[in-house]
Amino acid sequence: MSHHLISRRQMLAGTAAAGAVGLTGFPARAEINWKKYSGTTLEVILAKGPRGDNLQKYIKEFTELSGIKVESEQIPEQQQRQKCVIELSSGKPSFDVVHLSYHVQKRQFEKAGWLADMSGFLKDPSLTPPDLVESDFSAAGLQYARNDKGQMLSLPWSVDYFILYYNKELFQKKGVEVPKTLEEMAVAAEKLTDPKDGIYGFVGRGLRNANMAMWTNFYLNYGGEFLDAKGNILTDGPEAVEATKLYQRLLTKCAPPGVAGFNWMESMASFTQGRSAMWIDADGWAPPLEDPAASRVVGKVGYTLVPAGPKGKFSSTYGDGVGIAAASKNKEAAYLLCQWVVSRGQGARLLQAGGGVPFRNSIVDDAEVAKGVKTKEWLQSVVDSAKISKLGLPVIIPVAEFRDIVGAALTATLSGADPATELKKAHEQFRPILERSEKA
Amino acid sequence: MSVVTQTEPVAADKTAPAREWRPPSYWPFVIPALVVVLAVIIFPWVFTIWMSLQEWKVGSPTVFVGLANYLRLPTDPRFVEAVGHTLSYTALSVVLPLVFGTLAAVVFHQKFAARGFLRGIFIMPMMATPVAIALVWTMMFHPQLGVLNYLLSLVGLPPQLWVFNPTTVIPSLVLVETWQWTPLVMLIVLGGLAAIPTEPYESAQIDGANFWQVFRFITLPLIMPFLFIAGMIRMIDAVKSFDIIFAITQGGPGSASETINVYLYSVAFVYYDLGYGSAIAVVFFLLIVALAALLLYLRKRLLWTSALGSDA
Repeated sequence: MSHHLISRRQMLAGTAAAGAVGLTGFPARAEINWKKYSGTTLEVILAKGPRGDNLQKYIKEFTELSGIKVESEQIPEQQQRQKCVIELSSGKPSFDVVHLSYHVQKRQFEKAGWLADMSGFLKDPSLTPPDLVESDFSAAGLQYARNDKGQMLSLPWSVDYFILYYNKELFQKKGVEVPKTLEEMAVAAEKLTDPKDGIYGFVGRGLRNANMAMWTNFYLNYGGEFLDAKGNILTDGPEAVEATKLYQRLLTKCAPPGVAGFNWMESMASFTQGRSAMWIDADGWAPPLEDPAASRVVGKVGYTLVPAGPKGKFSSTYGDGVGIAAASKNKEAAYLLCQWVVSRGQGARLLQAGGGVPFRNSIVDDAEVAKGVKTKEWLQSVVDSAKISKLGLPVIIPVAEFRDIVGAALTATLSGADPATELKKAHEQFRPILERSEKA
Repeated sequence: MSVVTQTEPVAADKTAPAREWRPPSYWPFVIPALVVVLAVIIFPWVFTIWMSLQEWKVGSPTVFVGLANYLRLPTDPRFVEAVGHTLSYTALSVVLPLVFGTLAAVVFHQKFAARGFLRGIFIMPMMATPVAIALVWTMMFHPQLGVLNYLLSLVGLPPQLWVFNPTTVIPSLVLVETWQWTPLVMLIVLGGLAAIPTEPYESAQIDGANFWQVFRFITLPLIMPFLFIAGMIRMIDAVKSFDIIFAITQGGPGSASETINVYLYSVAFVYYDLGYGSAIAVVFFLLIVALAALLLYLRKRLLWTSALGSDA
């Protein structure tokens, strides 16, 4: 048992040191004092998914290393967000460490002051391995984790880029090239659509709220920005109308019937059944697509970047982080856990399982780690996406209202409503909500 | 004034000095119930009303804003739409189960082989969990893979979009609601049918009434009070229906099936706007009270006329 323990510790220390050498150029001298908080018990609240799985699967290693006991629970995303907010606002949360969705919760958590500042811990060599430095996180990750004062309120854990999945067999059959621009994609989708055979050129989220994550990628590539310098929302401008027209064209002419009610799950079902030729969604779906028990398109899937628009080439980006509740009494122990969660070893496992992409460049760019990734084409699309990453939603408090209201307008265009009118109507409704929440 | 009139007979009974007032001896027995009612009914309500007068967003300090939240309601297109959806959803899911439930009751009131067994089968939907049902129906509604469009294709009808189209989403949801709650109406009406005396039917037979006339002029008036009970239960259930709608469409597509309840949930627990959410809850509560009062009033009037009818 003790032999086992030492070997794991050595493994971790070894990888940490190697990373440090590779990155910073000077050898690591300081040692983390893992055992300092031995005997502490930490409570962790996780959103259900591959990241939570990855933590729970290997948490014993952390406990062996540090003597800190970790009690964690995974709750479905929507409910987890609610539970966190309600508990944090009560001032006495039942957890020390919280898994948060940046694209929904960043502003809310910052404004309410619910998270502890980690900047000090990050500089403390007895808590942080030398390879874990702020500059190793991608720009999007830092944008998410830092507040306006430059404090690190969380550690960026896993990033989601939107990528284009396509069915190589269907493309070949119709002699269609992989599209490089949004316009080419729409033309290709129309060519690939064959309702008589039940084959559609494109599938994606039509469901209100969920659809925003895909639409914003079009919006960014048409050159749109979410907010102006004064914080006014801009998503009903000419770029938004163009993006919505494309959205309407793809989902009404080239998508399976009922797409207005599709979230990623329904879209994935259509794609894995080989009924849809293209699908734009988050990058985490390679494992189910390549699983012979769940998919009919194993080995036929291509992974590539979301096509460029006339004024932009971006991959809309979303992400999760791990933070410490400001009310926690075990902040140092909680930090030890957080930095372990985003450590090299854990990040490599996450990437290799296809369950998520670490925010840390040193992991994603590492050739050794890449060897363990099954689908190389997928990894390439993710690495390329990282280079053109741009936040996929405006960083405001009422993100949920934004997604619901503008998302409903998008869904309405799927039953024939005019994009410009719907967007205008939605923003008349949303602007007062934004004003109320940002000024308060 | 009322105190005086109440204590006088007590004082006279007990031959105690007439001026002295003593608390009634039943007080200790009332208090537990009073405390429970105050704690779980009155307090939450007063608190909700109080919250509805605040600008109360989770994570921000609360500010008293008076009636501002209520004034926001009529200018909020989503709320206005939600009221419309609630009313149409409720109307349909009261009327349809009543019609089908009555028909089913008339059928199951006849004597035929395996009646008990078939009755048992018929009331099974009522026993299932709404969320579980909703998930099954979601699969059946699927435009490409669902069984409903397959059944339509068998009789030569074109595929429908069901809950995936804004115009058909409410009728489709009502279909589920009707399927689940028709048995309840059937049970209530069946009880009513069993209570009807046989004499009116015998005299109708002698007079040569046909089946429709018997139903229209004897059965229907006599089961009317039961139908009203069923209607009221259905109304209260339908107006606050949440699970089926939320599990199948979450108010979508767009906001085409967003009822007050679903919207209220979003405002309070997704947007964390507790003040505004409370204002919606208060208005929603008043709406339910108004509907229930209307039905009670109608029932009173109807009972009176039907009593008169049976007297005549």
